[in-house]
Amino acid sequence: MEYFVIIISAIFVNNILLSQFLGVCPFLGVSNKVSTATGMSGAVCFVITLATIVTWLINLLLVKFHLEFLQTIAFILVIAALVQMVEIVLKKISPSLYQALGIFLPLITTNCAVLGVALSVAQKGMGLGQATVYALATSIGYGLAMILFAGIRETLSLNAVPKAFKGLPIALITAGIMALAFLGFSGLV
Amino acid sequence: MSKLSLITRGILKENPTFVLVLGMCPTLATTTSAINGMEMGLATMFVLILSNIVISILAPAVPDKVHIPVYIVVIATFVTALQLIMQAFLPAVYNTLGLFIPLIVVNCIVLGRAEAFANKNGVVDSALDGVGIGLGFTLALTVIGMVREILGSGSIFGWRFITGDGILAFVLAPGAFIVLGYLMVLFNKISKKN
Repeated sequence: MEYFVIIISAIFVNNILLSQFLGVCPFLGVSNKVSTATGMSGAVCFVITLATIVTWLINLLLVKFHLEFLQTIAFILVIAALVQMVEIVLKKISPSLYQALGIFLPLITTNCAVLGVALSVAQKGMGLGQATVYALATSIGYGLAMILFAGIRETLSLNAVPKAFKGLPIALITAGIMALAFLGFSGLV
Repeated sequence: MSKLSLITRGILKENPTFVLVLGMCPTLATTTSAINGMEMGLATMFVLILSNIVISILAPAVPDKVHIPVYIVVIATFVTALQLIMQAFLPAVYNTLGLFIPLIVVNCIVLGRAEAFANKNGVVDSALDGVGIGLGFTLALTVIGMVREILGSGSIFGWRFITGDGILAFVLAPGAFIVLGYLMVLFNKISKKN
């Protein structure tokens, strides 16, 4: 039951993109096509879950030696190294998956969703099981918002949009309306 | 390039929010009021100026292959310093901005300026570039915050001019996207005319 609440709240109520604003840059950057949006969501899902588990373990060490103030610097280094490692391993083990996710991986280091989830897990003091479920659910929420948004943008690009609204402005306003729809989930949990 | 144009460039021609569209996460998340937006902008500016200065000094000595990790460590160091300073002297501000202070590390503006400007230019120019871009970011965040505050809670810089409630949606998440979208349209219109 407790896990169920975490999952529903992370996917719908506190959607990472539309209500917490983490990882908005790639949300606006690679959401022109559903296929790239799906690839990016897959890569993000994988990295967020892995990074949360690893940083959770690192945090144990930091807490043990009373070095909590090093969280930011330690986490970002771990995430950067992890992304590099995932890239190398993926290239060797599964070239087809690398083809699909490869170009998105370097972008993920500076995706604030990864560091944001790792830091908020550390701040909330979750256990390892809770943290893993939270990370997985959050990244599913990320994928959901991203793919829905890409679908809307694909249709939008076929319509006549006023010149000043072309590109990002109309995308932002669309995202605003989507966020409004997601507000409907508040109070669910 | 003259010293003054280094500063004004960041405010108008290369405004990080409206023109370069970088650092969207704090822009959307912390602009619930004009004051919050301004505080976030100033915090980013602090890190930006210091990291620009240090990176412009370090750049010739850093091997090309590892330059990104080195820059990230420099930026993360200043962010940690900022976190500690704010926790000590401005705990209230630190609590309202929350997660977005440590997240300055992954703000593309800071790393972007290191890559695009500070590693090729001198110390003074890099510092001025940091001031300019930082001011542009602060200004943009303050304006977005102001619009959201006026519409959402009927006040300006905390001073209430209506009785009763504003349109709550503008303080919540949807308002951030919508206000930024319309302000971008406005900025496009004005900058095209000049």
